[in-house]
Amino acid sequence: MSKIHYSRRNVLKGGVAAVAASTLPAPMIWAQNIKDVVLRQAGTGVSAFNEVAAKVKEDLGFTLEMTALDSDAVTQRAATQPDSYDIADIEYWICKKVWPTGNLQAMDISKIANYDKIAGTFRDGKLTPDSVIAQGTAPHTVGFVEGPGSTTFAAQDSGWMTLIPTIYNADTLGIRPDLISRPIDSWAELLNPEFKGKASILDISSIGIMDMAMVCEAMGEIQYADKGNMTRDEIDKTIGIFMEAKKNGQFRAFWKSFDESVNLMASGEVVIQSMWSPAITAVRAQGVPCVYQPLKEGYRSWGGGIGLSAGLSGLPLDAAYEYINWYLSGWVGGFLMRQGYYSAVPETSKLFMSEDEWGFWYEGKAAAGDIVSPSGTVIEKAGAVRDGGSFLDRMGKVACWNSVMDENQYMVRKWNEFIAA
Amino acid sequence: MRRANLNSWLLAAPLTGVLVVFLVLPILLIVAVSFWSSNEFSFYPDFQFGNYEYLFGSSVAWKVFGLTFMMTAIVWALTLVIGFTIAFFLAFHVRTQKWQMVLFLLTTIPFWTSNIIRMISWIPLLGKNGLVNQTLIGAGIINEPIQWLLYSSFSVCLAFVHLYTLFMVVPIFNTMMRIDKSLIEAARDGGANGFQILTNVIIPLSKPGIMIGSIFVIALVMSDFVTTRFMSGSQLANVGRLISNDIGLLQYPSAAATAVVLLVTVLLMIGAMLRLVDIRKEL
Repeated sequence: MSKIHYSRRNVLKGGVAAVAASTLPAPMIWAQNIKDVVLRQAGTGVSAFNEVAAKVKEDLGFTLEMTALDSDAVTQRAATQPDSYDIADIEYWICKKVWPTGNLQAMDISKIANYDKIAGTFRDGKLTPDSVIAQGTAPHTVGFVEGPGSTTFAAQDSGWMTLIPTIYNADTLGIRPDLISRPIDSWAELLNPEFKGKASILDISSIGIMDMAMVCEAMGEIQYADKGNMTRDEIDKTIGIFMEAKKNGQFRAFWKSFDESVNLMASGEVVIQSMWSPAITAVRAQGVPCVYQPLKEGYRSWGGGIGLSAGLSGLPLDAAYEYINWYLSGWVGGFLMRQGYYSAVPETSKLFMSEDEWGFWYEGKAAAGDIVSPSGTVIEKAGAVRDGGSFLDRMGKVACWNSVMDENQYMVRKWNEFIAA
Repeated sequence: MRRANLNSWLLAAPLTGVLVVFLVLPILLIVAVSFWSSNEFSFYPDFQFGNYEYLFGSSVAWKVFGLTFMMTAIVWALTLVIGFTIAFFLAFHVRTQKWQMVLFLLTTIPFWTSNIIRMISWIPLLGKNGLVNQTLIGAGIINEPIQWLLYSSFSVCLAFVHLYTLFMVVPIFNTMMRIDKSLIEAARDGGANGFQILTNVIIPLSKPGIMIGSIFVIALVMSDFVTTRFMSGSQLANVGRLISNDIGLLQYPSAAATAVVLLVTVLLMIGAMLRLVDIRKEL
């Protein structure tokens, strides 16, 4: 499907060049044509910001159309409708599911200018040389393939990437400190009867099961060989514990989209729940106290990146590479860091952040002045420190990654039963 | 005679064509897909009964179907009583036709906004810190907020009744307006009291309207998934949610099997209702 449209008017405007081109058999690409390129990006809501599309138009000249969907819907679209998008903005566990369909194309890292500056987590799995790799679908395990057209993942850096990492974070439980008024330091608290009717968990199976596993392990109920790849028995036990809790009225609701989690927390319906970082920011922006509570068992982490549709070629493909290089060059990184995410290339993002912002979001230092969200609201007063501290403190304590397991289909059926029970 | 025959075939052809292409074919396709197989990210032609076996063998599916029937029955009963009462008031207590029309239009005003908005607006009202709980606590009637107002079967039911009562009011009002007033006078002359007129004259003559309204409400509640998801905070499931969960997880064949079972059940229910009242004869 061609994304470049030659109207009669454009051709006439092209004048001499157009005449020359029409007489030459070889295809010609004009630099100004890139302005006519429209790239359609489908992705999860986490990084679909209109500001990014506007900046693309300003900096690169072409049009980026963004569609934000929930994780399941993105997976579905990436796997079944490859013609409906040019760029897939997805998480690594989604990549593990979608890559075997052959709907995405491998990317040549020699075309990625800042490849060497991408955080180690995405290249060899190690944040620092002595880091231990966490359980689950760690990004580097599905980050490379042997070459173009390959549908199997490569064990190490092969020069061909599946997704170019763009965004990631360490997730934990969100709490309302004003309504709990005692310290919370373990995942096990999610099922503490003290919070009966005031807890919530997210209804996205691949992520929810990991939160459940963190809770069951923290309670001492189950010891997993690998949380990211459970056996049927482990899945049964995990879901069983949560079914029991659901029956006893532990949960107020389940949430599926970002805004639902914000509303549950801000309205006080729920005091402890699975949450995503910008949701915490959104609750605080309403003047409601909310903490992204670091827990002693560590974080459940996730990473997202940009993949290219297999159908992309020619000028739009060049535009897509240009977009990726622009993505890693810092402006978007700074924008995302101000939302509480991390950029895959932290050092370029630093150029687009003030020293105070960098200190607060990345280094875990106390804010010198007010910290303002990208939309302009003050979210932290001077003196505030980020929950969980610095980048190395947070990303260094990752206990597991969002995962797709070998027993995924079984897990999904069990998950559906948990929701329907 | 032959020519007239041909003409009527031709006249019926466009509608038949549209129905075949946009209704019959898609349904046949759903039935066909329900026998297909699927893996995590794709589904492929096959002929196996695994999807149905799983559906009928799963205790959760039975429970969900049960809950869907129960919810449908409750909502149907409530919308019928409320809808009938409103229609009765409009048709027989409001004297002038002008006021009948004004009040009738008034009942439709909430339907000028979208379904979702009407549903979501219950949430700030019913929440733990919502208007209802705050008012009750402020008035000293309760000390602790009532939990079951929101994210419960109560709130799902409430939203359904609110959303769908109009579908009862309209057809019942319509049939009531056509009841010949002289029949009521005759009944009164014959010595019937108000209640006897209601049960012996008005209800029998309103049956077609009641049936049409019931079909609307039953079909809408049985096929819903959004209301149940939002008003129960995702904690309750009906058949529609089973289907939407399956679709979300790319299990199209399993979703198709559930859809076929749902379609058959709804058709059976409506078929049974149509046997009770011959709508075409009565209209």
